Order: sequence, then structure tokens, then C-alpha cells
Amino acid sequence: MKAPDREVWSKLVFDKLVNANVSLFSYVPDFGNTDIIKMADEHNETRTVLLTSEEEGIAVCAGADLVGQRGVVCMQSSGVGNCPNYLSLVKGGRFPMLMIVTMRGDYGEENHWQYPMGQAVIPILEAMGVLVIQVDREDELEHATEAAISAAYTGGQGVALVLSQKFLGAKAF
Amino acid sequence: MSTINRRELLPNLLPNPDDFLIVSGLAGASKDTAGLTDDGSNLFTMAGAMGSTVSMGLGVALSAPSQHVLAVAGDGELMMGIGSLATVASMMPDNLTIICIDNGMHAETGGQLGHTSRRTNLAIMAEGAGIPSVLEIDLPDQFAEAANFITGQPGPRFLWARVTTEPPTAYKRDFDLAARRQIFRTAFQAKNPAN
Repeated sequence: MKAPDREVWSKLVFDKLVNANVSLFSYVPDFGNTDIIKMADEHNETRTVLLTSEEEGIAVCAGADLVGQRGVVCMQSSGVGNCPNYLSLVKGGRFPMLMIVTMRGDYGEENHWQYPMGQAVIPILEAMGVLVIQVDREDELEHATEAAISAAYTGGQGVALVLSQKFLGAKAF
Repeated sequence: MSTINRRELLPNLLPNPDDFLIVSGLAGASKDTAGLTDDGSNLFTMAGAMGSTVSMGLGVALSAPSQHVLAVAGDGELMMGIGSLATVASMMPDNLTIICIDNGMHAETGGQLGHTSRRTNLAIMAEGAGIPSVLEIDLPDQFAEAANFITGQPGPRFLWARVTTEPPTAYKRDFDLAARRQIFRTAFQAKNPAN
């Protein structure tokens, strides 16, 4: 099966986030979020925040929320392992939070190192009270993105839009 | 050796605390900021998520560019999120000041010595991260210089205040972070409806 065109699906996700008034795109670079971050760099009403570690993005977005602005945190799945303690802000403080997680270590992975964290992503998110919305197929993406945006910014939840390797395609080694 | 009693620090640095939005990190730093502002609606204090103070202050500063934002953290908290100094420097928010109240130890857990009591120099780390304005103080005589630094030097600023091991301000703050989020947001929006 051919992986969907990254630039095309990234544009769909990015446009929906801009329409939802998301202005801060914090991120640790990943192959999967390359285009979303490029679009956020180039757009007049959004800016990107390069993080040293993913958990910083949880706090950056919580800070934005304190003054009525909206942010997202884009990360590879391995970065989910860096976030749990900061996610106390979500469960304890009811800060809305939207994480966009591009998976490694699941369907079709060839790198041994990626499996332990990849397989722990969903249990960790759920343990910290983050709602998981997973995308496995291209035709699920649009509604899943809308659902994640609604849950975070209208519903006040911590949400992870998890883009699986079934959707993204697995990196070849 | 520092001769600054931390309970004297913030009142001297920030004679008008209402001029700022303040995020402060767990334990002593938040006791001092809550004491300064009487747990004010311009203050969000933390009692967990250790390491996150500077990043949260950055999020506020980027999202409210007309406000002067303070991120106040102890040395243990700051070290746990030390990478965030580079994140701040890359974004260069001119409205952010980081204040590290450094007592050289983890007072909340029994006074175990921290890195700054050993070999770590936070001024060099902040400069190395790329923070343009950095000041170290350890004497009460430097309070006026530090207050001018906060309001006068180009941001982002990093103030390293080395203090004695005397206890922080005695203040019982509200630990309900969901309630405090609402209080902060509501007060900010009332004053800044356009943000």
C-alpha cells in the first residue's frame, strides 16, 4: 500500500488548526511533522517554537492558554515518553492540550530501538488522562483532526492525535 | 557567599508586582511569589511538573507580547528544565524575564545540596544558551541594579539571584491548579479583552 502524500495530509491538518485559531506550533522535529512545521513557519498568523525536549511544549501551550491563545505540540512518538510529569497540567489543571504524535515503533517498524517506546505511547497517554484519537487510514484523518480540535479547545481535554505507521508508512532502513 | 535573605529579594526587585504576569515554580519560588502578590490573579504557581516554569513563562510571553512576563524558579527547578533556556533564546521574547532564586539546595525535600553548590554556574549556562541579558547577584546592595536590569535591559533576561539558605516566605497558597488557571485567565481577559 502506498503511503499518503505527506504534504497533502499535512496541509489538511494545518488548515484545520489555523481555522481553529491555533497560533503556536511547538515541536521537536520529526520526519512526520516536517511539512506542518514548514507551513507554520511560512504562515503569517502562526509561529513555531523549536523545543529542546517535548515536555517543554506542554508547558508552552499551557502558558499560551493562560492568556487566551492556542498552541499544539508536534512530536515523534518517542517524545511522548518525555511528557508525563508535565501532563499533570492537563489532568490536574484542565488545561486544553493538543499533541500531534507521529508514530514510530508500531506497524512495520524495522528499528529495534523504536519498539519499546512506540508500544508504550497509548498506555502512557491514557495513564495521564490524555484522550487518544488514532489515525490508521487516510480517510479517517479529516474527521479525526476535527474531533481532536473540538475535544481540546471546546471540550477542554488533553488530546493526542496519533498518526500511526499504518497511515504514515514505515521508515525503511 | 551570598548575604541575600530570599524573603527580601522579590519585594526589592518588584516594587510593583501588578505590572507583571508571573509564573513560578514549585516550592520556595512559589511561596515567595504568592507572598509578594497575596496569591494574585496575575500569578500562576506550580507545585508539580518540576522543570516547566521557564517553558510556561515562554508560552505566556509569546502569546501576550504587550505584557512583561516573569518566570520565577528555584535552582533545582531550573536545572530540571535547563534546555528551555535555549528554547527561550531561540525565540528571543523581549518581554520575558527569568529569575532564578538559587539557595543551592533542594530545601523542600530536606536541604540536599544541588548542582549550583558544587560546580554549576547558571550565568554561564544562560549566556551559553544565548540569553542576551544575564546578571548574577549575591548581595543586598545589588537590589537596585537588579531591579533596573529587569525593567531596563533588552530581553529575554536571566537574573541569577544567589540567596542564603534561610526559608522562603511563609505563605499558604491555593494548590488547586484548575481553579487558579480560571482565576488567571478571567483576570487577564478582563484587562486585555483584545488578546
